[in-house]
Amino acid sequence: MAQHTRKGAKEQALTANRLIDGVVVYLTADGKLSESLQDAEVAEGKEAAEALLTRATPFVDANEIIEPYLFAVELEDGRIRAVSVRETIRQAGPTVRLDLGKQAELADVHG
Amino acid sequence: MYRYDEFDHSLVKERVEQFRGQVARRLDGDITEDEFKPIRLMNGLYLQLHAYMLRVAVPYGTLSSKQLRKLADIARKYDRGYGHFTTRQNLQYNWPALKDVPAILDELASVEMHCIQTSGNCIRNVTSDQYAGAAKDEVEDPRIISEVIRQWSTFHPEFSFLPRKFKIAVSGTEADRAAIKVHDIGIQIVTNDKGEVGYQVYVGGGLGRTPMIGKKIGDFVPKADLLAYLEAVMRVYNMNGRRDNLYKSRIKILVHEIGAEEMQRQVEEEFAEIRKTGALNLPQDEIDRIKAYFADPAFEDLSDDAAELDAAIAADKGFAHWVKNNTAAHKKPGYAIVNISLKPIGGTPGDCSADQMDAVAALAEKYSFDELRVTHEQNLTLAHVRKADLKAVYDALKAADLATANVNLITDQIACPGLDYCNLANARSIPIAQEISNRFADIERQHDIGELKINTSGCINACGHHHVGHIGILGVDKKGVEYYQVTLGGSADENTAIGDILGPAFTEQEIPDAIEKIVKIYLDTRQDGERFIDTYRRVGIQPFKENVYEAH
Ligand code: HEM
Ligand code: SF4
Repeated sequence: MAQHTRKGAKEQALTANRLIDGVVVYLTADGKLSESLQDAEVAEGKEAAEALLTRATPFVDANEIIEPYLFAVELEDGRIRAVSVRETIRQAGPTVRLDLGKQAELADVHG
Repeated sequence: MYRYDEFDHSLVKERVEQFRGQVARRLDGDITEDEFKPIRLMNGLYLQLHAYMLRVAVPYGTLSSKQLRKLADIARKYDRGYGHFTTRQNLQYNWPALKDVPAILDELASVEMHCIQTSGNCIRNVTSDQYAGAAKDEVEDPRIISEVIRQWSTFHPEFSFLPRKFKIAVSGTEADRAAIKVHDIGIQIVTNDKGEVGYQVYVGGGLGRTPMIGKKIGDFVPKADLLAYLEAVMRVYNMNGRRDNLYKSRIKILVHEIGAEEMQRQVEEEFAEIRKTGALNLPQDEIDRIKAYFADPAFEDLSDDAAELDAAIAADKGFAHWVKNNTAAHKKPGYAIVNISLKPIGGTPGDCSADQMDAVAALAEKYSFDELRVTHEQNLTLAHVRKADLKAVYDALKAADLATANVNLITDQIACPGLDYCNLANARSIPIAQEISNRFADIERQHDIGELKINTSGCINACGHHHVGHIGILGVDKKGVEYYQVTLGGSADENTAIGDILGPAFTEQEIPDAIEKIVKIYLDTRQDGERFIDTYRRVGIQPFKENVYEAH
């Protein structure tokens, strides 16, 4: 599998899939789940990232999400970008079906 | 066509009911994901990048029109209006919601379909030749023993916890369209010098991380003994297969480690034991019962010359190309086999919209005895079309955007879902296939190049059969960037070969040019009548290595 995040990644966000329909979600600063990467809380540094990961546990226990993990992001003009191709595709949808997935449903995905 | 017997029907119904309860308990939180995951996988439900993925079994690739209509229905109602046909002759839905899956399974069961044996360490859905029952030189319809094997292996208690998944493929003709030598067991139906029908058995083939070509260990297994022989193979594997290491657990590793001769010896020993008890002797009446399902449809007695077909070919160049590339000789005079390409120029290999499924179902119903086939090269086949109907079939396919005349040509590529959908991917596969397809779109040029198979996988699992593509492309991840490694000289037919690595990997942008150079070297080097693979076998990799990487 392609790497989610690299050692020493400075900024990370938390993602998972929603149990009921598999849709990609992100953990937000106000403790909710959002379908948009732009709503994600960005953790800077190792400790903040670990805290972010811990905050996913209640959602797992409540059977709302599955397979939570951290991944590398960067901030660009105040917007959040996934660093890897994999996470870019997860926050947008298949690059071969631009009519499907978040890229067709949300305003703020990036290519 | 084979229909469920009572046994199958109640079993599948029971499984759907059971799964409905399990999904409800999962959503209520009564069971955890760790408990649920193996259960959903047993029912063909995976988690991919954007959503779940449901894999529907199409035993030996044969579907009725009614079943295909149901698949279209489900795509519309519960998915995003399309499905993806795979190299295992199955169908995958890319967007089902967990909460809908029990209802989908109910709908599938209503047309005698299910998702069993599409996942897990069991004997998977048996695959076979899409020309079964129609090919000219067929010894016996391979679906008969495929079905026998399916019944024997489904839920066989000894085989539901194998060291690893297990794949069987069957071919009834010498020309191998089922890639039998890259399966755990490959079965070639043959006749001996007394004219009796029996089976050659190959074991230990496979792709993935460690590609291997199957070794022949059974030269002529008599008909009545096939299950006893297969059971013997499974027992040797079950006893000796490595459960300690995921990468070494397939039978190919066992065969490689102990050698084909030792494997043969152990299988023969088990086989003799099993035969003593006689328990697995295949009764002739049981074979006959299953055989009846695959009896010839009511073919008409037709003459093979088709004046109106010749006239239509002369009048319509597009139709002429299509007849040349997409149809094949049929065993009955006046009939042809029609291949429907799911590789439109620039499209996604294997994807088919619900409307296209309905269109194909209508054609199968009207022109091909109500059934069709899925091919491991991700196309569809109408096995029995009257030559006189070819033009009508072509016109209808064209209206449904399904008349691409490229079967076996450079744009008829295999590609796995790759990083656009797949959770395990290192790199995208589909865009690579699309760029190559666009580059070589010109049909005259494709004809000039001739038969050339390009297969792409997004990771080493090799779902896209890259090792056995004439040109194979494997996606790799180098520090977060997609790279593509190219192999040459692979082949999945009766002369199976694993491709050789050309050299350093290419970026996505470089790939189309690299393929272009490879093709040019072939065109410059080929002798009369040589296909790409023939030229490659004659000259080897050196001329390609030397020229592809030379500075521009
Ligand atoms: C997207 C979800 C998929 C997942 C998670 C997946 C996973 C895997 C894995 C893990 C393997 C290697 C297993 C091993 O070596 O023991 C494998 C092999 C294989 N898969 Fe998939 N696959 C997926 C989709 C597909 C599709 C869409 C196709 C057909 C186009 C396919 C066809 C195959 C084939 C033919 C192999 C056999 C390679 C061999 O001989 O080992 N898979 N798959
Ligand atoms: S080859 Fe790899 S990327 Fe492609 S479908 Fe299989 S597991 Fe996914």
